[in-house]
Amino acid sequence: MPKPHIATIGKVVRKVTRLRGGGSAFPGLVIEKIDPNFTRDVLATLPYGVVIVSGTNGKTTTTKMVVELLEGQGLKVFTNRTGSNFARGVTAALLAEINYKGEIDADIAVLELDEAHAVKFVDVVPPKHSLLLNVMRDQLDRFGEIDTTAKMLQHIAQATTETVALNREDPRVAAIADEISLTPHYFGLAQALKPQFLSGDESGLESKAVDAEITLESFADDTATFFIDGKPVTTTLKLRGIYNIFNAAAALTMTRAIMGEKTNDKKLIASLSNIAPAFGRGETLTLHGQPVELVLVKNPSGFRLALQSFSPKNYATMIAINDNYADGRDMSWLWDVNFESLQAAGVHTVSGVRAYDMALRLQYDDVEVSHVDTKITPALEHFLARNDEAPKRIFCTYTAMLAIRKELAKITEVEKVL
Amino acid sequence: MTDKKSLTIMQLYPDDMSIYGDWGNTLTLKKRIEWHGYTATIIDYNPGDTFPETIDILIGGGGQDSGQKRIQDDLQAIAPKLRALAENGTPMLVICGLYQLFGRFFKTSAGEIIPGIEIFNAETHAGPERLIGNIIIEHDTFGDIVGYENHSGQTFLDVGSTPLGRVRLGAGNNGQDETEGALIHNVIGTYLHGSILPKNPAIADFLIEKAAVKKYGDFEASVIDDRFAQKARDIAKKRPR
Repeated sequence: MPKPHIATIGKVVRKVTRLRGGGSAFPGLVIEKIDPNFTRDVLATLPYGVVIVSGTNGKTTTTKMVVELLEGQGLKVFTNRTGSNFARGVTAALLAEINYKGEIDADIAVLELDEAHAVKFVDVVPPKHSLLLNVMRDQLDRFGEIDTTAKMLQHIAQATTETVALNREDPRVAAIADEISLTPHYFGLAQALKPQFLSGDESGLESKAVDAEITLESFADDTATFFIDGKPVTTTLKLRGIYNIFNAAAALTMTRAIMGEKTNDKKLIASLSNIAPAFGRGETLTLHGQPVELVLVKNPSGFRLALQSFSPKNYATMIAINDNYADGRDMSWLWDVNFESLQAAGVHTVSGVRAYDMALRLQYDDVEVSHVDTKITPALEHFLARNDEAPKRIFCTYTAMLAIRKELAKITEVEKVL
Repeated sequence: MTDKKSLTIMQLYPDDMSIYGDWGNTLTLKKRIEWHGYTATIIDYNPGDTFPETIDILIGGGGQDSGQKRIQDDLQAIAPKLRALAENGTPMLVICGLYQLFGRFFKTSAGEIIPGIEIFNAETHAGPERLIGNIIIEHDTFGDIVGYENHSGQTFLDVGSTPLGRVRLGAGNNGQDETEGALIHNVIGTYLHGSILPKNPAIADFLIEKAAVKKYGDFEASVIDDRFAQKARDIAKKRPR
């Protein structure tokens, strides 16, 4: 059992950290220094165990979906909601939820973990379930190679004790099936959707020829049809963008695998139709009656999917690119994204530390840029003022998004995430 | 009105050896060729393809270990053609993985020797750590060259070989001798991503000029608006490693 006084120290550190406006993982660091087994011991008390969600793209939205789907099935769910997807972030999130005796009031934990951190985490806390989304070219300056990232996901699957859900359409993820003793649950795409979804994937590998438990068959603006065990189910959705909707198939598959025979499919679909996008993943704010959409972009495949998913027509577009550690320092990735879909509408404002790298990239795709300013606050003010009457969309890297949300929070309602 | 002069860019192994924005280099050449008033054609060469007759500029990128394995045999098969093109003055730019294989060999950490095609008098040895980060090198005519390096191989040039530049920030060829890249005939090899050509338009124009002069005897440059590139360069130089 966790030691009560350890939990107390952590909770106090957490309060102090919040008072001084610090990061969400800091209290976790303090606790790890004092009692490295804290996280494992608390999580070991959960009757349904731990679920790990990992992969390059879509972790945050998918984790949110799995959480809400499980809640719809009647479970109490603990999650690392702040998007601090590092082991210390998990510890910090736990501290917020436990009581002073070190107990947590939940049935199951659903944790979003960055691939590299998940590898170390599962060695300490073996998950009962894992959901592995994809391996795309991402943050290579951190992990080295795509094949290295695939090995990390394989390690997570091998540490999993009960069920593993795999993306049939990602060859590197599907291949993990051959390296584990459990029989995986697959989610997939209808044949007709594959071309538009996989465009730009550079793997050149084929997807696996196996049946998927759930496939995404088709989708329109706010409806989608899934085949669940071969039967079509059509539902309305608040989620937008093909990649979010494909991630819904992933979340449904994981949830059904966890619930097993106890699954209530009717409630599952009802929950799904109510799920809103996660923070910065197509999140929509309102300003002077017009929507302001925030779209997080952090790697070429994600940026490509975002451009495919959201039409620029009638929208004013801003792009903000930072190169801090959390964003990725290498700007090469911008050159692996095709921006020609923005030619007709143009890009109004480009900002962030690497604004001129982005402006240069757009120049080479013949996309007109009206305004460039590396400083985010004045750039955002300019963008909002000049496009007051139009719906707006801002594509931004992680730290640029934090800065933009902070500015927007001064003038409109922004969901608190910390 | 006469037909526009045209230049053909060949991408060497784009399916297996294109990573970290290698497309940015091809795109920069294509656009700048057009902006200089020529027509640009891009052709892809992948293992097993028929080797094209006309190549005015050759460009090649980096790859993962698995990609490098897939191209090895084909690269050896076309090596005499590539060497002839190089000796003939055809401008080329090879980044990272193909830079290594344009040298004598790459020796893996397991001691395996992957033969190169010996355009550069250089050899590469797997290193103990990845050399990662922003990099600035100095070159007498190109000026400062800015980019981003991410490699574990350490390349050593033979005595008397010309590096592309001298390292001011970063590791370069091997982190030891302050050299980065290699230059022979009109062939440039380098570890710089970033992508290198958009932010270093002087190198792009060098390749284009060499190609145009070789094919047509002269090159008339147009004035290109490089203000974004200049600003991006200025900022790149101020970023931490």
